[in-house]
Amino acid sequence: MSSINLHFDVPGDDFTRAGEASGSVKKTLKDLGFGHDVVRKAVIALYEAEINLVIHAGGGQIDIEISPECISMVLTDHGPGIPDVALAMQEGYSTAPDNIRSLGFGAGMGLPNIKKYTDEMKIDTKVGEGTTMYLKVFNT
Amino acid sequence: MKVYEIRDILDAEVICGEEFMDRDVFTACGSDMMSDVLAYVKEQAVLLSGLINPQVVRTAEMMDMQCIVFVRGKHPDESIIKLAESRDIVLMSTKHAMFASCGMLYEKGLRGGSLK
Repeated sequence: MSSINLHFDVPGDDFTRAGEASGSVKKTLKDLGFGHDVVRKAVIALYEAEINLVIHAGGGQIDIEISPECISMVLTDHGPGIPDVALAMQEGYSTAPDNIRSLGFGAGMGLPNIKKYTDEMKIDTKVGEGTTMYLKVFNT
Repeated sequence: MKVYEIRDILDAEVICGEEFMDRDVFTACGSDMMSDVLAYVKEQAVLLSGLINPQVVRTAEMMDMQCIVFVRGKHPDESIIKLAESRDIVLMSTKHAMFASCGMLYEKGLRGGSLK
């Protein structure tokens, strides 16, 4: 299998559609025959990151590269950026507004969950310009 | 525990997924906070929630959960039902509250999954 590339534009104004990209990637990975645990790790991390795009950044783009060895996921937004990444990585820390909490998210578990379910996680962020998150799950 | 046993114990109305009543469910999770579900739940679980939005179904989808029970008589709208149908996820609604629902299932032997 050569590499497969997928691209998704995530709208920032429709919370009900958040997760469509992650659902599509899950189906692709299953169709390609990836193991259950690898699929599960990748899509849970991607789903949390996709939710973050909608909640915090007004939408963004998701680029996926699937190779036999690795699932690479890059999420790019032009939102407000993260002022203190170390603080944002702490369980329970959240800047999500109350209306997002009422929808079941914003408990400060998003970034910790992403880290938990990925083998590599890197965040490039600049306040006022946006954030790019690089995630990898290896096919072990 | 079979899905039909959950239906019977909670006296729940099956909203969709009637054909999947024979599925096995090994653990349960009661939560309105989807991030907690994503953090802790093992697969083949039933999710009990008082939250009604598409992200409940999407969370179940990502976690390979078999069945969602909406508590306190809550009922999802058509778009949520269609989403669940397309993912082969059973939806039920029970009139019991969250605490009572979890207790009834626990009493009959269903347990929560281990954390982490």
